[in-house]
Amino acid sequence: MAFAAFGSSAPTTQGQTKSGRVVLALLLPGLIYLVLFFVIPLVSLVLTSLEAPAASGKIGEYVPGVDFANYSYVVTKYWPQIARSFGFAFLATIIALLISYPLAYFIGVKVRSRPMLQRMMVTLVIAPFFISFLLRTIAWKQMLADHSPIMEWAHQVGLMSPSQSFIGSEAAVVFGLVYNFIPFMTLPLYTSLERLDIRFLEAGSDLYASPAKVFRKITLPLSMPGIISGTLLTFIPIAGDYVNASRDFLGSSNTSMIGTMVDADFLQNRNYPAASAMSVVLMGIILILVTWYVRKSGTEDLL
Amino acid sequence: MKALRSFWSGLKRGSLPVYALIALVFLLTPIFYTIVFSFNKSLRRNTVWNSFTFDNWTHICARQDLCSAVGNSIMISLISTLIATALGTALAIALVRYRFKFRSAVNFALFLPMATPEIVMGAGLAGLFFNAGVGPGFVPTVIAHVMFCLSFVVVTVKARVQTLDPALEEAGRDLYANPSQVFWKITFPLLLPGVLSAALLSFALSFDDFIITYFNSGSVNTFPKFIYVAAKGGVPAQANVIASSVFLLAIVIVLATQISSHFKRKRLQHVK
Repeated sequence: MAFAAFGSSAPTTQGQTKSGRVVLALLLPGLIYLVLFFVIPLVSLVLTSLEAPAASGKIGEYVPGVDFANYSYVVTKYWPQIARSFGFAFLATIIALLISYPLAYFIGVKVRSRPMLQRMMVTLVIAPFFISFLLRTIAWKQMLADHSPIMEWAHQVGLMSPSQSFIGSEAAVVFGLVYNFIPFMTLPLYTSLERLDIRFLEAGSDLYASPAKVFRKITLPLSMPGIISGTLLTFIPIAGDYVNASRDFLGSSNTSMIGTMVDADFLQNRNYPAASAMSVVLMGIILILVTWYVRKSGTEDLL
Repeated sequence: MKALRSFWSGLKRGSLPVYALIALVFLLTPIFYTIVFSFNKSLRRNTVWNSFTFDNWTHICARQDLCSAVGNSIMISLISTLIATALGTALAIALVRYRFKFRSAVNFALFLPMATPEIVMGAGLAGLFFNAGVGPGFVPTVIAHVMFCLSFVVVTVKARVQTLDPALEEAGRDLYANPSQVFWKITFPLLLPGVLSAALLSFALSFDDFIITYFNSGSVNTFPKFIYVAAKGGVPAQANVIASSVFLLAIVIVLATQISSHFKRKRLQHVK
């Protein structure tokens, strides 16, 4: 799986420096593609974010410039969306980690002696990837709609007051985000836990460490690469997602996120500079957070 | 802390299997729901269970626009998968097998697209195409899909290249095979499982992509776009039929490869 690669470092390189031309032939097509369709779009995004409205005043027309007004515009106007996006991302990532860890531990460590069962369980974890995430989200919307059996039960038990509806709330959006991203969290956790040498755990308990201590001192540190890549694979896409928060899915007009505003400014209002500034803000905050996180956890070599 | 500790030891004692089961059921419930509702004789909206019918399965193309959207999705995913897999496999081989200047820089550059939210990549590409005077459409969508699949192909194939024993290739060279023979007779067959799973992943990512497609496809409809738009008024049951068949097909492929590799491994153990 793709996620296995995040955990594995230490490349095995053989000295074959003579074939420089082969390397170039292998690298160039992909790298040119990366520059053309990743680097240049990002640069053009930054340039567009600095554009000013054209003198003609027509909608959708802008002239190049160095105008930071777009940034102050989006930050003052959309700060609730910015705060919500990162708030949702933090919350959903932590909940997804708490839900995924025991599951990944069970599949990676406890079922190890039965490889067939282990593989079946991994397949079940990735099964959601094979069916449209939009339809899965709609399925939750319908299962958790007002008057659905689940909600009737929640009202009866007193989990929610009967006047409240779940769909459309911030909690529903976080729920959807957690659900949609659990596989992205579980897989990297699984790949690092699956490699965990059980003898370390046995050594720990032989030396009279309590199960909790074995977990804290051995299991947790050894699964750190999985935790790092899992949280990154979850946090980053969630911060940019806006489908779950859309009013046609689990959210309402009160749950809009950064992506909602980029979509509106780019595709409807044709305010390209504002949409670009918003994207740059999102990307900038993510880069700062990720750099800080990776430094702090001391796993730079993972990237 | 104490509560946490007793919770954890409780988990270890035997509730862990039960927990895993509940977690898996939670993951699979919406899939089950989607499949069940593909058999619903829906009135106007496919939101409430009405009665069982095979009609949706026998009349998949009752919604012509849905079928053409699915056709577009398949085309876009196939082409993007082919290009992304070829480019990504070459990159992965170069990155693992050769030492060169800027190797870690290339690794980092390939990591970046995965650390970029879809909305940023989608808006960036759409802006680029807009500035270049190329309207959104089929080709921009394929270009965008190749871009976001590329990094995932590289990490998947890289993992496979790392497990490759270079002694096998050396043996080939010792037996006077030329470089292209070594590649096609030894390296490529050994890499094939990795390349295939990268292609499968790439196809799945591309087929299910919504945000980047929404920004770059213009009037070209795709399956996710169809659902997103239909979500406002109610998704027809035929969408569930298509999603369910794609799901069942993919699961069958995955299970078949797993079972066959399981028995292959068993046979090898037997030989040893």
